[in-house]
Amino acid sequence: MNIVYVDNNATTRVDPAVVEAMLPFYSEYYGNPSSMHAFGGNVAKSIQTSREHLATLLNATPEEIVFTSCGTESDSTALWATISSMPDKKHIITSRVEHPAVKNLYEHLAKKGYKVTYIPVDRQGRLDLDFFHANLSEDTALISIMWANNETGVVFPIDEIAQAANERGIVLHTDAVQALGKIPVDVQKTQIDLLSLSGHKIHAPKGVGALYVRKGTKFTPFLIGGHQEKGRRGGTENVAAIVAIGKAAELAAGNVGSTMSEVARLRDRLEQGLLSNVEMAMVNGDTNSRLPNTTSISFEYIEGESILLMMNEHGICASSGSACTSGSLEPSHVLRAMGVPFTAAHGSIRFSLSHYNTEAEMDYIIEKMPPIIDRLRHLSPFWNQGKPDESMLTGSECPI
Amino acid sequence: MWEYTDKVRDHFINPRNVGVVDNADGVGEVGSLACGDALKLTFKLDDAKRISDAQFQTFGCASAIASSSALTEMIKGLTLDEAANVTNDDIARYLGGLPKEKMHCSVMGRDALEKAIAHYQGQAVPKKEGEIVCECFGITDLEIRRAVQESHLKTVEDVTDYVKAGGGCGNCHDRIGEIIAEVRGKPVAIKSQPKILTNVQKIRMIEETLDREIKPALNQDGGDIELVDFDQNTVFVRLRGTCSTCAASQVTLKSYVETKLKELVSPELVVSEVTQ
Repeated sequence: MNIVYVDNNATTRVDPAVVEAMLPFYSEYYGNPSSMHAFGGNVAKSIQTSREHLATLLNATPEEIVFTSCGTESDSTALWATISSMPDKKHIITSRVEHPAVKNLYEHLAKKGYKVTYIPVDRQGRLDLDFFHANLSEDTALISIMWANNETGVVFPIDEIAQAANERGIVLHTDAVQALGKIPVDVQKTQIDLLSLSGHKIHAPKGVGALYVRKGTKFTPFLIGGHQEKGRRGGTENVAAIVAIGKAAELAAGNVGSTMSEVARLRDRLEQGLLSNVEMAMVNGDTNSRLPNTTSISFEYIEGESILLMMNEHGICASSGSACTSGSLEPSHVLRAMGVPFTAAHGSIRFSLSHYNTEAEMDYIIEKMPPIIDRLRHLSPFWNQGKPDESMLTGSECPI
Repeated sequence: MWEYTDKVRDHFINPRNVGVVDNADGVGEVGSLACGDALKLTFKLDDAKRISDAQFQTFGCASAIASSSALTEMIKGLTLDEAANVTNDDIARYLGGLPKEKMHCSVMGRDALEKAIAHYQGQAVPKKEGEIVCECFGITDLEIRRAVQESHLKTVEDVTDYVKAGGGCGNCHDRIGEIIAEVRGKPVAIKSQPKILTNVQKIRMIEETLDREIKPALNQDGGDIELVDFDQNTVFVRLRGTCSTCAASQVTLKSYVETKLKELVSPELVVSEVTQ
């Protein structure tokens, strides 16, 4: 069976050119980049080239790039580095819709005595900026806001946040894991202090990420060890993966413009096709400020895991914000923060595209989805003869 | 992705007995849209008072649909007394097992069957009795007790997997722990209670911390430390090697040794040096 892969916010296909670039570092170029011989030194040069590609993509300087093992390590490093360099400040800010890599660390810090302000979002998933501005204080050490949300694709106004942070001298970290390679990310235009990114979301392999650290930002290493990465991240470099992320960044720099417009066209075709062929389906998130590749659609009165497994029977790979897919009993914290009703949150499906997708694939999904939704609604006690069964819907309050 | 058996997959992709029985003798509805799964079970009896037809409608994940489908197959041909003996474990076994986190799907099937039988027998839909323990999912102590007893549950996590209680905000975890202890007749440790240490426990932990954390650090500089006595939260130690002659030894003692012991053993500890 052919695989139709529309789960690119989970991970992406490694670009063949990236594989080609990295493979020699698993065989002939095995030198240690720290060694005092040319055999190792040449490997160090390849790392430097990779650093330059990432710097170009971000409009940063190569010295501002620190390689890490993944987006989570970049996030953890950024947050710990900031709070340990200003131990007197005890207030930190984030949003209600962050990735667990930031969300769970903030919850941990709250237990350690930090005062945490969570910025709410509206029904479209947009940040409440008035609330944000009103909560900045002398005691604020850190703001961490994702550039774009992984579940809905909503892009946040990082410019405005950065301006407010800079005026007050508050360190701003952004998790740009989903934004990078899809929309322009320029650290000169937007004054960010720390920015996390991940290789496997931009067609490099899993196991490599990077952290941008603006020159002059106070920094304490998270992994303390050797002098690698100028003492900012100890440990012998994962050379092949670093070469890979550099190659992927080089390719992404060429893709952000026209290639992503084509991805957006396919996404819109899929979205429109589904909305016009399935009744009681709705898009989650602000369609005016959204990543070009993402759409989150709720199919009401049915449950996401069932939808995904039916899609799986047709080789279609996507994700859901339903409770059952995560093993938790609650639906996605992002959709709940947006106030998406439970009737819709449980039946949400995220489609996330890449430039590998085709129009034929979108049409295939548009063809396969309506019968799946019909079938599951036919099974559902909340659906009766083509419409919601009002008699079944009373008294169904679950106060979580 | 969940590890579902082929039988679960089969009953999900090709569910048996979907729908509502015409002129049903028994109707049982459980769950809600908000809670993420719901099941409506209907059955009809033949002249011999055996279940001649059973149908279901389910909102939920693959295992909820498969459990419902399995249930309808299992109860066809049974008398109501026989059907009443079907347990959630029977449903899970029929499907070749369910992932632990999905056991609540089989419990939902059993609950719907009970309600449908009660409905046929003309009993009022039993009002929720007992004390609500899990506010998030509206689960009572009686439901938790029953699950603990019938399925031999041991931990709060088990209870969440089977009846969902504790799967929301988590505020009821202590209470669930107490219920498990009562049912099983032995006390279980409740996590959030601060540990009260006996002196013997404290001494053992102090020794461990000295050996594991503190001595290796001091040894690096040619020093050493020895536990002499312990009395009312005061730890009496003797410094040895280079430490005994080091001018900074008091700083080491207070800012390093005492800090470590406070952190790893008990915040009440004070370190005092025994000289000579």
